[in-house]
Amino acid sequence: MNEVNTKPLKERSATRNLVSHLMKDRLAIIGLILVILVTSSAILAPMIVPHNPNKINVRNRLKGPSVENWLGTDQLGRDVFSRVIVGSRIALQVALVSIAIAGSCGLLLGMMAGYGSKKLDGILIILFDTIRSFPTIMFALAVVTLVGPSLNTIILVVIVTSIPVYGRIVRTQTQALKHNEFILAEKAMGASKLRILGVHILPNVIGPLLIIASMDIPVVVTIEAGLSFLGLGVRPPTASWGSILNDGYAFIRNTPWLVIAGGAPLILTTLGFTFFGEALRDVFDPKLRQEVL
Amino acid sequence: MKNLLEIEKVKIRFRTKGMLKAVIDRDKDPYIEAVCGASLTIKQGETFALVGESGAGKTTLARSIIGLVTPSQGSIRYRDQELMGLDDKSFKPLKRDIAMMFQDPVGCLSPRLSVRSIITEPFKIHGLPINDVTKEATKLLDMVGLPASFLNSFPYQLSGGQARRVGMARALALSPKLIIADEPTAGLDVSIQGEILNLMYRLQHELNISFLIITHNLAVVRHTSDRMAIMYLGRFVETGPTDEIFAQPSHPYTKVLLSSSPEPDPDAPRNRVMPIGEIPSLINRPSGCEFHTRCIYVEDRCRRDVPPNRNVGLDHDMTCFKSE
Amino acid sequence: MTGEGQKQTSENVLSIKDLSVNFNTEDGFIQALRRVSIDIPPRQIVGLVGESGCGKSTIINSILKLLSNNAEITNGSIHLQNEDILMMTPTQLRAIRGKRVSVIFQDPMTSLNPALSIARQMTDIQYRDQINKSTKRQRAIDMLTRVGIPDAQKRLKSYPHQFSGGMRQRIAIAMALLMKPDLLIADEPTTALDATLQIQIIELLKVLQKEFRCSVLFVSHHLGLVADFCDQVVVMYAGEVVESGDVRDIFHRAAHPYTKRLLECDPARIKTKTRILPTIPGNIPDLVNLSNDCIFKERCHIKDDKCPLTIAPLRELTPGHFVQCHLSQAGESQ
Repeated sequence: MNEVNTKPLKERSATRNLVSHLMKDRLAIIGLILVILVTSSAILAPMIVPHNPNKINVRNRLKGPSVENWLGTDQLGRDVFSRVIVGSRIALQVALVSIAIAGSCGLLLGMMAGYGSKKLDGILIILFDTIRSFPTIMFALAVVTLVGPSLNTIILVVIVTSIPVYGRIVRTQTQALKHNEFILAEKAMGASKLRILGVHILPNVIGPLLIIASMDIPVVVTIEAGLSFLGLGVRPPTASWGSILNDGYAFIRNTPWLVIAGGAPLILTTLGFTFFGEALRDVFDPKLRQEVL
Repeated sequence: MKNLLEIEKVKIRFRTKGMLKAVIDRDKDPYIEAVCGASLTIKQGETFALVGESGAGKTTLARSIIGLVTPSQGSIRYRDQELMGLDDKSFKPLKRDIAMMFQDPVGCLSPRLSVRSIITEPFKIHGLPINDVTKEATKLLDMVGLPASFLNSFPYQLSGGQARRVGMARALALSPKLIIADEPTAGLDVSIQGEILNLMYRLQHELNISFLIITHNLAVVRHTSDRMAIMYLGRFVETGPTDEIFAQPSHPYTKVLLSSSPEPDPDAPRNRVMPIGEIPSLINRPSGCEFHTRCIYVEDRCRRDVPPNRNVGLDHDMTCFKSE
Repeated sequence: MTGEGQKQTSENVLSIKDLSVNFNTEDGFIQALRRVSIDIPPRQIVGLVGESGCGKSTIINSILKLLSNNAEITNGSIHLQNEDILMMTPTQLRAIRGKRVSVIFQDPMTSLNPALSIARQMTDIQYRDQINKSTKRQRAIDMLTRVGIPDAQKRLKSYPHQFSGGMRQRIAIAMALLMKPDLLIADEPTTALDATLQIQIIELLKVLQKEFRCSVLFVSHHLGLVADFCDQVVVMYAGEVVESGDVRDIFHRAAHPYTKRLLECDPARIKTKTRILPTIPGNIPDLVNLSNDCIFKERCHIKDDKCPLTIAPLRELTPGHFVQCHLSQAGESQ
């Protein structure tokens, strides 16, 4: 056989491209650092808390930052810093669990809607849009009234309200892919619907979903904080950033540090995950351009 | 020797409007006929070319052979087995024998799979175990002249020519009897077109694979196919041995097509039959002989009546009123 | 048209001299064009032939000054009559684009604005002329009729998407020639069209070129159309001009090994039916790490011990027939 055009055109591996690209993006690095900070705090929480976050010491209440208590103490003398660290665990637990479940359900339903029959698509779309037309807060209040406030309530609310959003995103992506030639090729070879969805469509639609989902983490954290602030979330004495904010709001004239302690981690988490999510978008788009859309 | 593939009077139509719009527009027949009565046979070990311009219906017809499109009428038989009306389960084993190479060389490869996964995909689809995936994949790449270093590449890293070869390797995976190649040379430079065509010839010769080539490139057809059919607006206007058709084109459209590809020689004789006008849309088909709007030999009856299918040589048919 | 004491360059409508263009990419500097020289005399049709990576698009973008941001013109000049395009200010460029130099692209929708009616687009182009609107409209109607659009007056208010692909290309040609440019650049104008349409568009261009007496730079990979349409041909390979000359010099007496092989590979040129088609084995070289050697040396089939394998000087074999090769002699006619 005569010599053939054998050199692959773009030799650099995708991973090398990705890493070098990310290194150039300062915001991405800041985001990554913040994400690592919050995540490690959440994971290592019980090991790194300097004090017992629930230990009450009323004599020491509402003190400002000191060597003993880096962020001071709250109205019951509990160490605020320790509570913030525990709060990170709650925040991420809620966020990751609810987004993971909502994402998986949204992925499945979205693919079914995008690839399945028109009837199935129609039913799912009506379902999605009905849920989306409910204001989240109203829905949360309704659920809380029925089931009582708790971490699981928040998780449930977030899951139910997020599934339609993720579902629609995945549906659109799936529809766009459905008519691509490589899907046609798979059909021509006899691939089953399940195989096409699982092996060929899923990896190509999961990208945008992951990006949106990662940018939703701070949103969910904020929702949790908000609901806890309103007293509809975690029950005392559990430390959540929202409940710290709630306390801080009540005692703001005594010390501003409670509000700062509750608010600052929220801001940092939001910024961190947002920058990181933007960097993820770059990961999935031009460099590894898979010509999906 | 019995025929490998027999297509008989196949008709394929597509809906142009949804039910609601059709009612609003009072359109009783919201369809276009992409293929109106196509018949051809392909023997084992032969290369058949399907030629035509846009709207001819050649890709649609090819896709109906592997079940991507369902004809509304007619019969498609593979080795005497009727494919029309076959359910997915019964059709699937036949897809080991009939493989397709698509027009977009990179686009027909799953973007997130490596070349290794792509070319062994047919095994996985049909549940055929492979002892050593890398070994099998290397063997397939070798058949198409690509080194094993390509196993870990992804489609976006491949050039057009390389991607076509990968598509061919995939088509060869389960030792098919028939490969349908849709525009195998489109987008390839002239200096490397030969690579893919020579490969196809070698495979035909060594493995007795039949090829159905769909193309608009007449020069390629002349060298690589044994028999050919020319399509216009979904109908076959001339069918027969390639050599004969090039030597003595019978149908006016064939003559026009052959004239439309000038030879790369400034002093080549220009006994051209110039085409008139443009291809009509499938929505407003001309009456009678559908080529009459562009034909220099047009007569009154051409506008009124549909011309019959006439035999002008051994296995050589055409549809035209005009007699030579 | 030519001033006194001007050099030969002012006789040509377009004169590209020693043009070199680099692209700054993540993988390094791609030397897309190297020392390219092309002359387009008045009223001549010059074909630019070459395969992927030869630099055809870069040349067109250089002429139109539409190169991307990471491009750098490291050497050379492009003279439109006797003015260097590369030295022009944006105002001067706007004055020549559409008036002295026009372009038609492969996809007519690149030239046509989908949101504006044909009437609007064709009168807008005439903005430089101080005539009234109805005269402009009439000119547009005349031009559309000229290119074969039936019922031009009625169709003037239609939009591009209401025309077929072939009609759109005709309209693009009408727009390009409306201002009677000195140079028409046609970048693969028929590649996206059906074969029967291609030939009609080429015939149309032939007729219009004679009537408007403009020069044409016809970029195409279709050797048959180039042989049919062009007076002169320039052959490019991997960013260099390897051969140029009269159309018969190239097609009958090709001198450069690449040109010879390219012609041999065209299935339309092979008289007797062959199942095994010739190819040029190998790839174009890496344009980032270029040595100072002959660009075609890896794939050359005539190189021998006598060849120094370095970049050859451009030699004039016969008047007007230039080739960049140490060993070449004019080939026998096919």
